Amino acid sequence: MQIGLTHYLTASGILFAIGLAGIILRRDMIIIYMCLEIMLNAANLALVAFSRYNSNLSGQVLVFFVITVAAAEVAVGLALIVALFRVKHSTKAEDITLLKF
Amino acid sequence: MNTSSLLAWVLLLAPLLSAFMIWAFLKPFPFLSQIVSVGACAISFLIAIGVALGSIHEPVTINWIDIGGLTVQLGMVFDSLSKVMLLVVTGVGLMIHIYSMGYMGEDPGRSRFFAELSLFMLSMLGIVVATNFIMMYLFWELVGVSSYLLIGFWFEKPSAANAATKAFLANRIGDFGFLLGIIMFWTFTGSLMFDPSLSSYFKGHPLVTIMALLLFCGCVGKSAQIPLHVWLPDAMEGPTPVSALIHAATMVAAGVYMLCRIFFVLEQSEQALEVIAWTGGITALVAALTATQQDDIKRILAYSTMSQLGYMVMAVGSSATIAAMFHLCTHAFFKALLFLGAGSILHVLHHEQDIWKMGGLWKKMPLTFLTFFIGTCALAGVPGFSGFYSKDTILEMVGEKNKMLFWLGLFTAGLTAFYMTRLFVLTFMGAPKSEVAEHAHESPFVMGLPMVVLSFFALVGGYSVVGIEKALGTTHEAMSQAAKLNVMILSVLVGLTGVGIGAFAYWNKQKEIVIFPLFKNKFYFDELYELTLLKLQQLLAGVFAWLDEWIIGFGIVRGSAFLVSVGGELLRVFQTGNIRSYAFIFGAGAAAILVFFLISS
Repeated sequence: MQIGLTHYLTASGILFAIGLAGIILRRDMIIIYMCLEIMLNAANLALVAFSRYNSNLSGQVLVFFVITVAAAEVAVGLALIVALFRVKHSTKAEDITLLKF
Repeated sequence: MNTSSLLAWVLLLAPLLSAFMIWAFLKPFPFLSQIVSVGACAISFLIAIGVALGSIHEPVTINWIDIGGLTVQLGMVFDSLSKVMLLVVTGVGLMIHIYSMGYMGEDPGRSRFFAELSLFMLSMLGIVVATNFIMMYLFWELVGVSSYLLIGFWFEKPSAANAATKAFLANRIGDFGFLLGIIMFWTFTGSLMFDPSLSSYFKGHPLVTIMALLLFCGCVGKSAQIPLHVWLPDAMEGPTPVSALIHAATMVAAGVYMLCRIFFVLEQSEQALEVIAWTGGITALVAALTATQQDDIKRILAYSTMSQLGYMVMAVGSSATIAAMFHLCTHAFFKALLFLGAGSILHVLHHEQDIWKMGGLWKKMPLTFLTFFIGTCALAGVPGFSGFYSKDTILEMVGEKNKMLFWLGLFTAGLTAFYMTRLFVLTFMGAPKSEVAEHAHESPFVMGLPMVVLSFFALVGGYSVVGIEKALGTTHEAMSQAAKLNVMILSVLVGLTGVGIGAFAYWNKQKEIVIFPLFKNKFYFDELYELTLLKLQQLLAGVFAWLDEWIIGFGIVRGSAFLVSVGGELLRVFQTGNIRSYAFIFGAGAAAILVFFLISS
């Protein structure tokens, strides 16, 4: 069986769905962060697959940007979680609802 | 700008400066304010004399507004009409300024009084010298304002405040018509100047009658003609010098002056002249009838003023502008004199205005008695006094044009003699009818002097030697001496009859002998207006209040606020603050959009 674009995209879609489900269903902020990373990587996988399929390197270049941004985001996000944990003694998403009405 | 031109402008600048200085700096120094105000008036008087003698010429006009087709200039016109009027306004004004120094006594607000008096002098002189409609309208409104301020001088009295508002509103109605007339004039001619040659633009035009009547509206308001006359009797709430200066001698006469100034418009329409003449005649009659039954000394004089103004307007309506101006001048002297006399009485009687509580004052106040006597004779038209000549001139001129109006005027003359005799007899003759009248004494010299000066003019103002009539121009083509003599004999007879009846009926009476409710209640004009205009106005106001409260207030303002707040209430349910639900909604939304595009493509 030839592994083609469809397979890659399916895998990417499944990864994305897993990430989204994790964000919606899990309570721990760190897990939510990890799910976010899964979604980004799903997008990366799709980009690389298209890049290969179209013989165009722009997609792979964009992946580097995504990785860079994701790294920066994780650095900031984890710092925030640590700071929140010091104040709230919790990393549960339900406990951090200050911005509701 | 040469000296003469500068001097001419000082005529207006002196009272303006005085008003400003008192208002800005001299409020705490009443004595200084008096001096400044009287001084400014004296300067204006001197300049008016200079103008009359011909040594001060019309100044160079200043272009004030120049937009597109509209050109408005500030200038001065010194012709025979304005020269005589200037002398009368500044002369009578000066006398009344001097009198006010005594009359206002120790009133705490007299700085303000003199500032407002100066403001009035400015605006009145402005009307007299105005060269165009806009300039006249400007000062026209300014006299309205100063009249409002001075009627309401004792504004802590509700009656005075109400009278001031009433005067202002009644004048506004008239002024609005005047403004419409001015706009119409401008539309016809493209110019706003008082220039008789402009009449070729609207000669024979069908709308000229409407224009003339609209312009006449201004006079109806200012000169207290029926139906806008109701403010003048109430205006007597103001201090008496104000009544003398503004509501007898000058401002109310401004309407007549304006009619003479724009006569080149009025004469284009026979119908308009007819209406003007009848308005004047009816006003003269109604006011005189009302005056016969009033008890308040100032109100009697107010109705008498209205009646005399009616005479002047009737004269203008009969194309006798010179006669009207002649009567205006003599009337200014003797009516100002009468008001000053009344003021002198009120001053010593502690503001007791009821003539049934006076009496016997001739012994206590000889100077007031004498001057008031001269004023009464002049107003009643006793031969030899100024009023006799001017009134006769009007009657002659009216008689030539309209016999009905002539008889009406003649009857009014009799009534005038009658009510003045009634007033005079009740006030000065017989025994004192109240405590205060018994303890009366003569007023101070500063009040006596102006009365003496004015009574001199009331006495001789009509003689051709003084030349008021001649200065105004040739009166009319010489009527046949016989016709002239007939009018004279008739008016003397009527006058004497009036005096006789008045003296006979009221000599030593303690209360009214016969009451005509119609005259006593001023022909029910106030009640009529209350029933019609007031009700209508209340109804309209109710409708607008409803619209404001329910459509604008409830519907638009509170309705939009309600919508926004309900929307907010609905939307805030989604703001749980839980990041996972946000993520769910976001994901669901993105998925929905995706599905939508997939289906549509």
